[in-house]
Amino acid sequence: MLNIWKELKKAPMTAWFGMIVIAIYIFVSIFAGVLAPFGETEVVGYEYEPWGGDYLLGTDNLGRDMFSRLLYGAQNTVAIAIVTTFLAFFLGGFLGLLAASLGGFLDQFLSRVMDVLMAIPQLIFALLLLTIFGTNLINMVLVIAVLDSTRVFRLARAVAMNIVVMDYVEVAKLRGEGLWYQIRHEVLPNAMAPLVAEFGLRFCFVFLFIAALSFLGLGIQPPTADWGSMVRDNATLITFGDITPLLPAAAIALLTVAVNFVVDWMLHRSSGLKE
Amino acid sequence: MSQSNQEVLLEVKGLRIEGRSDDQWNEIVHGIDLTLHKGEVLGLIGESGAGKSTIGLAAMGFTRDGCRISGGSVKYEGEELVNGDPDALRKLRGSSIAYVAQSAAASFNPAHKLIEQTIETPLQHNVMSRSDAERDAVALYTRIRLPNPDEIGFRYPHQVSGGQLQRAMTAMAMTCRPNLIVFDEPTTALDVTTQIEVLAAIRDAVEQFNTAAIYITHDLAVVAQMADRIMVLRYGNLVEESDTRTMLGAPREDYTKSLWAVRSFQKAEPFVHKEEMTPIIEIKNVDAAYGDVPVLFDVSFKVFEKQTVAVVGESGSGKSTTARCITGLLPPSKGEVFYRGEKLAAATKSRPRDQLRHMQMIYQMPDTALNPKSRIRDIIGRPLTFYLGMTGAKKTERIRALLDEIELEPDQFIDRLPSELSGGQKQRICIARAMAAEPSLIICDEVTSALDQLVAEGILRLLDRLQREFGLAYMFITHDLATVRAIADEVVVMKQGKVVESGEKNSIFQPPHDPYTDLLLSSVPEMDPDWLTQLLADRAAKGMAFEQSSGN
Amino acid sequence: MHPILKMTLQRLGLGLVTLFVVSVIIFAAVEMLPGDLAQEILGQSATPETVAAFRRQLGLDLPWYTRYFDWLGNILTGDLGRSLASNREISELIGTRLSNTLFLAGLAAVISVPLALTLGILAALYRNSIFDRMVNVFTLSAISFPEFFVAYILILFLSVNAGWFPSISNIGADTGFFDQVYRTLLPALTLTAVVTAHMMRMTRAAIINLLASPYIEMARLKGIPARRIIVHHAVPNALAPIINVVALNLAYLVVGVVVVEVVFVYPGLGQLLVDSVAKRDITVVQACSLVFAATYILLNLTADVLSIVSNPRLLHPR
Repeated sequence: MLNIWKELKKAPMTAWFGMIVIAIYIFVSIFAGVLAPFGETEVVGYEYEPWGGDYLLGTDNLGRDMFSRLLYGAQNTVAIAIVTTFLAFFLGGFLGLLAASLGGFLDQFLSRVMDVLMAIPQLIFALLLLTIFGTNLINMVLVIAVLDSTRVFRLARAVAMNIVVMDYVEVAKLRGEGLWYQIRHEVLPNAMAPLVAEFGLRFCFVFLFIAALSFLGLGIQPPTADWGSMVRDNATLITFGDITPLLPAAAIALLTVAVNFVVDWMLHRSSGLKE
Repeated sequence: MSQSNQEVLLEVKGLRIEGRSDDQWNEIVHGIDLTLHKGEVLGLIGESGAGKSTIGLAAMGFTRDGCRISGGSVKYEGEELVNGDPDALRKLRGSSIAYVAQSAAASFNPAHKLIEQTIETPLQHNVMSRSDAERDAVALYTRIRLPNPDEIGFRYPHQVSGGQLQRAMTAMAMTCRPNLIVFDEPTTALDVTTQIEVLAAIRDAVEQFNTAAIYITHDLAVVAQMADRIMVLRYGNLVEESDTRTMLGAPREDYTKSLWAVRSFQKAEPFVHKEEMTPIIEIKNVDAAYGDVPVLFDVSFKVFEKQTVAVVGESGSGKSTTARCITGLLPPSKGEVFYRGEKLAAATKSRPRDQLRHMQMIYQMPDTALNPKSRIRDIIGRPLTFYLGMTGAKKTERIRALLDEIELEPDQFIDRLPSELSGGQKQRICIARAMAAEPSLIICDEVTSALDQLVAEGILRLLDRLQREFGLAYMFITHDLATVRAIADEVVVMKQGKVVESGEKNSIFQPPHDPYTDLLLSSVPEMDPDWLTQLLADRAAKGMAFEQSSGN
Repeated sequence: MHPILKMTLQRLGLGLVTLFVVSVIIFAAVEMLPGDLAQEILGQSATPETVAAFRRQLGLDLPWYTRYFDWLGNILTGDLGRSLASNREISELIGTRLSNTLFLAGLAAVISVPLALTLGILAALYRNSIFDRMVNVFTLSAISFPEFFVAYILILFLSVNAGWFPSISNIGADTGFFDQVYRTLLPALTLTAVVTAHMMRMTRAAIINLLASPYIEMARLKGIPARRIIVHHAVPNALAPIINVVALNLAYLVVGVVVVEVVFVYPGLGQLLVDSVAKRDITVVQACSLVFAATYILLNLTADVLSIVSNPRLLHPR
């Protein structure tokens, strides 16, 4: 514990900023229901009401309270992105560690499959698949998780490759340990640091990806409060110089900036770069 | 080596250097004084962390990123280099003071031909025209005895062998006829037979041009050949300084004496062969290949109880591959391996647990042999549970006993992580892990070559004691013949995947032997300052080609 | 054969195989449609007989491999089929839009590549300076921004408030070149902001990596002037990584246009793709995907080949 605190004290300002912002987002997404003055889909007034008065940030294109929807958006958008990232990690991480530990045919096969999947731009692939399977939430989460798992696979495999050549893994092999023991006790603990950092990066990517799809009207569907589609729905206001639609976009940007700052610090620390 | 005249070339006074780690500056060189006369060769010797390279670079007014000179002065021909004008320093470097790095392969730019890089220094310092510089470079290549001196310069660095590159770098340092060259462990990465040629070339060139040099190394025998005077360093402090012969003959300080004494270690009880003995391990006519590339050819030898068999050879000779065949990591393509007369399955996976238990391994790099995320308790405890089914208090008791056995205080070490140990302590933990399995044979793969000499000697003594106490057999893979002399009963000499010669240690070290064994044995530097001179004279008399072993 | 030629040919071969596999995947994806294309077009109300007849007319009764090779053959001769929604020739739909998209990506590349390389090299040379730290924070933020956020900020300031640029990129067949540049500038700037940050960070990392190599230290110890070290020792070795960075980001640009085109209602391929996805116009989605994927693969392939060709170790084999 003491060590963690010591490391934290040395963290740069940007990392601190990131951690505080993430904490606030977590708080808001947990207590959105308590904090929001109105319901998520509740129509409370006229369309596009201005800021102030009953509606702190005005109302949206259907007359729903903007502030409440922003808070609920934190819950929906962030939770969906986290679930998707976890799925991608379980799939890609597991296959990556397995490929590196087993080597041989399985490794070659999986690597070639991933290469081909990665040869198609992710957004295009996702659009193609969503056209076929339909644009609903479950499909979107699955499609993005599968596509993103290719990136996780690559990293997990690369990291594990550097570990499986270590003599301590050979020691375990020579001792007669099974594959699962090798992965669980020798490879995984040493792959954790880069994988955790990668989790942050993948989260940002998935989060932006979902936001982009929702913005295009192909992601999270109405009436769910979601930041990407909130930008899209209220975009017309921009042309009148009203910055309301920028708020959900800024909410997205702020979180990814925060996560990136923290990850940047973690990577810098673990790479041992003293420069 | 001519005695230097008394004109001072370089004078270092109270040099302090700090290195940055964990966001703070720590002093790594604590006030070193150093004087170098014209034409004199000064040897800087010390173990890792002694600050030798840092001092060597500081002699050029240079520090690596993350280091800074925090005090003292470095005067070259009266000119202060510490915090000197960058432009003046730049003009000095390469032309008056040159540098030869440890890894020639990494220190040549892969994008340019050797000759381009060689003549860059005189051209940039405007001391020669291009055609003169090229002619001079070829002359230097000849001087330094590179093969095909007319053509070799037109090759790219990756097209030339390591030993040749190292010599080419010496030629590059010579181009402006500097007054001082800093040699930073120039032969450490080379095999012994290649090392000889580089040492000879360097010494010859330095003598020829009467260049002063700072020769940095951790190898006493090497420095004895090269230096007029030696400074022994430890943890950034000067331990002792005197001329080479005095230093070798009568060292004053305890630390120096202990460095010297390392080479006198001898195995306590030599192995005695009895007729009725069954070998613990026998390897019979083994061939092996990596993919389609054959790497081992018809390798056979035996290891008996309480016996140490040293497998000797240069890099690429197949020593480690032989070990992989024995452990089953690389199943042989032909031939068999027997354990106490019983044929072993080719692959590790197909061997029963009890057979695996009897054969343990210790590696060259204790850093990579210990899982950095496991505590000592778990590292030593796992084989106890896995092979012997020990758990709970009984297991803890055994772990503590093993720690006692390897001379590490149990209370202090049992809950540590590998990162909280020194190199020698880590290697001891590896030994304890191997011992936990209660093996009959331990394969030691270069176990001392990554360690400083004193630490290495401690490991050898420990292994020797364990052998006596538990009747262990050792297969000792090494390229270091000093180690072989110290601990081997039987020696197997390998070259390019074949056994060249094998037999009892004394018979191997006594002539007559196989020509390759001869070359290998004679190439090991000795502590005698006249050794290199003598050896070169001998070889010249026998008409041995200089380039004999530096083919790649 | 010269190893570099061999490696290049191998790489090109691999690229062709990838293209082929990708075309199979894109074709197969449509095959995975629940029900089939005929049902999809006619809707749930159509009688089984009509569907069966239509299926024959579309050739859907033939085995999949026959249809695949017909489809591939047609594409190679420029026939991309017809849109399900409008029944227009897809090649006609795509034609000008593709050139518009390439124009937008090209304009963004022209601005961002020199900018990113310059900034990246400067940040690497003056690393850990205030400049470097500022650039790091700035680029990290730019990477984190959703593209539409950047786009709307630009619209707000440069279009709505300042009135310098139109917020909608109206481009037709009769738009002149300079007018087209003017109208494309805002979306191009959006893309530039995103791509420059990426490219700059990668350039910086590549250069720093390089400057840490022992041969650079050797050059310094030989007393070589700093400028010559950069030009003569660093740049020849930095070419491969930098070319790679540029090509990767160009590939990213071509795909990154999708969102930006939607924001600016830019008449490009991305816009068409998104509209078609919304309309479930599968044949158009299929064709657009193939065009995007092919461009992406070709750019990545170029990067690979160029980095092989600029590697001195491969250029001058043993």
